[in-house]
Amino acid sequence: MNAAGFPILSIITWLPLVGCVIIMSVRGDEATVASNARWTALWTSLLVLAVSLVLWVKFDPREPGFQFNESVSWLPHYRIAYKMGVDGISVLFVLLSTILTPICILASWESIRVRVREFMLSFLVLETMLVGMFCAADFVVFYMFFEGVLIPMYLIIGIWGGPRRVYAAVKFFLYTLAGSVLMLLALIAMWLHAGTTDISVLMDTHFPVQMQNWLFFALMASFAVKVPMWPVHTWLPDAHVEAPTAGSVILAGVLLKMGAYGFLRFSVPMLPDASQTFAPLIFTLSVIAVIYTSAVALAQEDMKKLIAYSSVAHMGIVTIGIFTFNEQGVQGALFQMLSHGIVSSALFLVVGVIYDRIHTRDIVRYGGLADRMPAYALVFMTFTMATMGLPATSGFVGEFLVIIGAAQINFWLALLGGMGMILGTAYMLYLYRRIIFGTITHADLRNILDLNPREWAVFAPLIVLTLWMGIYPSSFTGFFDESVAAMVQHHHAAVASTVRLAQGMTH
Amino acid sequence: MNWTLAVPELVLTCAGLAILLFGVLRRQDSTLLATMFTIGAFLVTGLLVATRVDGFGFNGQFVTDAFATFNKELILLGGALALILALDWNRSQGIARFEYPVLVLFATVGMMVMVSASNLMTLYLGLELQSLALYVLAAFARDNLRSSEAGLKYFVLSGLASGLLLYGISLVYGFSGTMDFQTLHQTLMTPTAAPPGLIVGIVFILVGLSFKISAVPFHMWTPDVYEGAPTPVTVFFATGPKVAAMALLLRVMGTSFAELVPAWQSLIVLMSIASMVLGSFAAIGQRNIKRLMAYSSIGHMGYALIGLAVGSSDGVRGVLVYMTVYVLMTAGMFACIMSMKRSGRPVEQIADLSGLATTDPGLAMAISVFMFSLAGIPLMAGFFAKLYIFLAAVKGGLYTLAVIGVLTSVVGAFYYIRVIKVMYFDPPAEAFDRRPPALSFIVAATGLFTAFFFLFPAPVVDAAELASRVLFR
Repeated sequence: MNAAGFPILSIITWLPLVGCVIIMSVRGDEATVASNARWTALWTSLLVLAVSLVLWVKFDPREPGFQFNESVSWLPHYRIAYKMGVDGISVLFVLLSTILTPICILASWESIRVRVREFMLSFLVLETMLVGMFCAADFVVFYMFFEGVLIPMYLIIGIWGGPRRVYAAVKFFLYTLAGSVLMLLALIAMWLHAGTTDISVLMDTHFPVQMQNWLFFALMASFAVKVPMWPVHTWLPDAHVEAPTAGSVILAGVLLKMGAYGFLRFSVPMLPDASQTFAPLIFTLSVIAVIYTSAVALAQEDMKKLIAYSSVAHMGIVTIGIFTFNEQGVQGALFQMLSHGIVSSALFLVVGVIYDRIHTRDIVRYGGLADRMPAYALVFMTFTMATMGLPATSGFVGEFLVIIGAAQINFWLALLGGMGMILGTAYMLYLYRRIIFGTITHADLRNILDLNPREWAVFAPLIVLTLWMGIYPSSFTGFFDESVAAMVQHHHAAVASTVRLAQGMTH
Repeated sequence: MNWTLAVPELVLTCAGLAILLFGVLRRQDSTLLATMFTIGAFLVTGLLVATRVDGFGFNGQFVTDAFATFNKELILLGGALALILALDWNRSQGIARFEYPVLVLFATVGMMVMVSASNLMTLYLGLELQSLALYVLAAFARDNLRSSEAGLKYFVLSGLASGLLLYGISLVYGFSGTMDFQTLHQTLMTPTAAPPGLIVGIVFILVGLSFKISAVPFHMWTPDVYEGAPTPVTVFFATGPKVAAMALLLRVMGTSFAELVPAWQSLIVLMSIASMVLGSFAAIGQRNIKRLMAYSSIGHMGYALIGLAVGSSDGVRGVLVYMTVYVLMTAGMFACIMSMKRSGRPVEQIADLSGLATTDPGLAMAISVFMFSLAGIPLMAGFFAKLYIFLAAVKGGLYTLAVIGVLTSVVGAFYYIRVIKVMYFDPPAEAFDRRPPALSFIVAATGLFTAFFFLFPAPVVDAAELASRVLFR
């Protein structure tokens, strides 16, 4: 049995489905059902959050391997088991998912008015899929959850989205599915080579170098779409713009982390030689992403689109960090992922607040909000600073570590990656100026209301987390120090052994 | 002469004759009773099949083994589903006749003989018994122009295919001197014993059987027959005969021609790719849901053929799992299609499903489960079916085929999720009529199987594993 004394990971994963059953069993008129669905979903997700906090307390940061392990025989003939476990890399993502879900439900309390029951069902199913994916300690189990995410997200964008929602939903679905099916083939190839799909065994399996190259591209097809890396990022702005606020939040907060998590969990530890070989390719794509999408963000007229492009740029920093293969780089990447999960989610919520009031996302329709909404301006300012990477906010730590890591690889990489911070400052301040400052020119903005208590409840935990991560990052880095160190060590050992092998052959 | 091996078939045949007599002699309408007796006969036969003894009967012309048992059970299941679905439908469409269950029964007997064939002659007998019953079934709504057209079209093309098959059989016999699968297998152990004429014969046999599973380029009849035939008959076409023909193809290739894999592998690979590509691209333009399902079945046969192309028992296992899942999800999907009725008249356009999520959430959810499963999205049964197929393909080194397979499945996903889009994202249309309880039951049962297959895949996979060991030894 594990440290918690009960199968905690399975409980966190499947508990939301219990909420689904309760919501489905409610009978009555539409208003009753809607109200019941909202409260049940909120309480379920809060309960899941409470249970998941056990992980925060009981997780042993000195242990680099998987903890809270569970294993149930599933397909014994093929040595596939339902295996769950978290290590330092995944544990915080589980918490990120469980924190963001109640926030999303709270954020869509009033903005979702049609088919509330179905919306809440989709969200709870989505939570199951996300948590399950981060908890999976078996490649097949991971794949099932990874793909399963598509179904609820497709519905969330397609039913409750904006005017072009159908286009965006189908594009989202097909882009990500096309990537994942290639991962399926890689999975099968690795399974046949290693005879098992247990992730910890696969990490210690040596794959032939030639095979690693193929596997790397197959996995990259899947993860690069999810990250998203340039040039396969085009689904993201569409999906973000059309999705309802809560959909954008969970998309930016957790779904975008799936790709980078996949790189960290599979590509780097399992395919060390190929990762080393193709790191320059990843760096090139990432640098292009950082500079190009930042420039694109500068020219956006739609708030959500601007933040969507800034997400692509920030995830470019993350992929640079992962492929530096040194402790600072990888830790920075992880920290940046968590920070981006909080900050960009918060920014989408910030946009949602005024969208709910004025029903437009055009930047030119706003201006001078500081006058009517001082509290809102403060909240917006906090997250703007965080996304720019101002010291004492969460955004600084991650980007700083990544740049230190990158500088050990190549000066130009660090410089060009660092350009992202400068460009980020430019487009975020420009956005903030246009929305918050200036004089009120539009009549409907004169009576706009400031944040209400429900919105405060949404933002308060995010502000606390942003500052906490910025001021005292050790309480977060402590979780993954050991795991990252072990991973980096393992990587260098594997690469060194291959080099030795190659030298041995030439002599 | 070990005739006891064929007891299930004999019992079923006698039951069929008795039901026929009963229907003729009884003065009033006996459709319901005849259907119930037939389902009863299927049940008894299913039990008899399950208590099999392995061995060869009728001087090696007839074989019972794990492979035959697996497929027979599946065929009986498909037949029973088609019968239950037909009950209300035939009555409401004014084509309720007691001949319907009897024809289904005889087609099923034919299929069971096909599955147990161990000789090219038995193979042909079974195939013809099945086909004759199917011709009549396709044209069962005889006053309906489309149904008659479907029957005639199927008859002409199927006759052509049977001719080709027979020609292939005669070539094989002429060049090898035997029609027995086991003897053929032993003769062909030495590669030099395969003269070009024999290879030509194999190609003809392949063509004949490919017609039955509607693999490209012998698929032309499928959309028209699927669309024209009464929907319960379409269910039957899409389940039993597909299983039987696929099993036959596996049996012929996996025993008699198992040593000649290089000779026929490239043909199967080509057909598989063509089926997957055509099945996914041609379905995009379809507006009629029955035609959509026809193209979808062409595509699915392409995936199943990957398993045969691998030419190993892993591949066979993949095919068997695939067919099991395919039968259940297809039957479920057709049950949903049969629920699409407005004021007594069946509607078949995809656009008719518009906004179904509001008017009938249960049905919409069931259709989404089937659609996601047909598209092969994880957690649904269809994903596991594809998983085992691709597993075999990668293991067998057919990487190109596997890559093409997964990519066409993405194209396929496009039209499957379009159906979901119509149901969930479009404004609601007029609600459908109330469903008969039998339909709801089948939709629920197959839907639960499709959605929760992932919890207990072991029984099906183990049975398929056992069955697959018989071939490619």
